Parts: sequence; C-alpha cells; structure tokens
Amino acid sequence: MAKVKPRVKVPKSATVGEIVTIKTLISHKMETGLRKDKKTGELIPQDIIHSFDAKFNGETVFSTTLHAGISANPYVAFPLKVTGAGELEFTWHADGDKTYSKKSKLKVA
Amino acid sequence: MSDKMQLVAINRRHFVLGAAGVAALATLPSLSFAESNGWEEAMKGLIGDATPAEGRVSLELPEIAENGNTVPFTVSVESAMTDNDYVKAVHIFSAGNPRPDMASFMFTPSNGVAEASSRMRLGKTQDVVAVAEMSNGDVFMASQTVKVTIGGCGG
Repeated sequence: MAKVKPRVKVPKSATVGEIVTIKTLISHKMETGLRKDKKTGELIPQDIIHSFDAKFNGETVFSTTLHAGISANPYVAFPLKVTGAGELEFTWHADGDKTYSKKSKLKVA
Repeated sequence: MSDKMQLVAINRRHFVLGAAGVAALATLPSLSFAESNGWEEAMKGLIGDATPAEGRVSLELPEIAENGNTVPFTVSVESAMTDNDYVKAVHIFSAGNPRPDMASFMFTPSNGVAEASSRMRLGKTQDVVAVAEMSNGDVFMASQTVKVTIGGCGG
C-alpha cells in the first residue's frame, strides 16, 4: 500500500496556561473490511488505524480508539493545556501490529 | 384501430408494473431504516447500564453532508477538567452505518477542555450519537441527524 505518512501540527510557540489545539493526520486508506474486490468478488480484509495516543513528556494526555467508520487519512484534533515546554510523542496503531510514530517539540514563549 | 388498442393495453400494463415497482422501492428504505444496527448494544458494551442524561455534550456536524466519505465533526463536553472533575471519554456511535462503533476519545485533565475533532464516514442519512463519561460516573449524551447526499460506504 501507499506509504503511511504521519503529520502533526503543533503551534510554533505557546504561553503557559494557554489551551492549544494539536492537529494530527496520517495517510491511511482505513479499509473497512466490508468492501468487495470488484474483480474477484471477495471481501477486502479490514486494515485500519485502530488507535492513536499522544504523550507529553512521557505521560499520556489523550488517546482514541478508531473504527472503520472513521474516514480515510484519519484526522484527529485535540486540545492541550500548556504547562511548560516539552516533547510530544504521537503513536498510531494499525491492524497487523503496525505502528507509526512522530515526535515534535512544544516551545514556550 | 386494433393497433391502437394494443398500444393502450401495453401502456396500461407498464403503468401498473411501474407503479408496483415504485411502491416497493418506497417501502424498502423505510423498512431497513427502522431496523437498528445495534448501536444501543454497542453503547451498553462501553458504558454499562448507566442511563445517559441529555445535556453538557455538544456534537457539531453538518446538517447536510454532500459526501458521506468524509463528514467533519467536533464533539465537546462542558467540564472544569480538573483532577477531580473531568471528562474521561466520549464515544461516538452511528445509528445507520453497517457497524455502530465510530470512535472513542479518552481525555485527561491535561487537555484543559474536553473537545475533539475528526472526520467520519456515513453510509446514509442517519442519527449520530455522542456519549460522554465523566470522572464521577455520570453519563451524558447528544445526538444529531445528518442528511447524506452521497453515501460513504463505497462498493
């Protein structure tokens, strides 16, 4: 399948106490498992990103469970209350024990 | 003259068949619409026997979705989001897709506010339900009907 590419948008800088929105997107077809192959008539097996979590300085701050009802290239946006500078780590878990991750720094002005 | 009679007879038969066909088509969708996809059971599986109360949850969805393949939504819950009082999770269910489970968002007090956005697939016009679990065990819900012009269940 096409290369899976995670993308994250974190504000360039934030102030302590501010609530910022973290936007994430990963390119993934989110195959539902309900579609049939037009040529063979057989069901295409499910292949989705089934969960996602975000850690700030090693502590999980937000996580989700996703099902086949979520659109291809799943986009997830969530808030974070800034307590200080640090590192955000994002992990996506796909069917077949595949994981994708990305890190980004949060700077405090 | 006899030719004309025949023509009329055929037309009448077509008309009757056509009308029956339209009637059958008209009843089919309403039948399948009344059939639940089991979202109530799916909800019980996640929140147990708690009865959700209306309020505190708001679900933002377009009233009309032209493309059911990607319908943006935002769910937010009124909460102080402190260590003692916060939103633990919000579950999203579809009442009309082949599978009722859509997504669950697990919050922590570190989020500051309880709000999350994503995009969903909707196979047809239906209700979407959001259920919020609070840290003290309270459960709230909200639902919205979305009209879908082109379904998102490709085939």
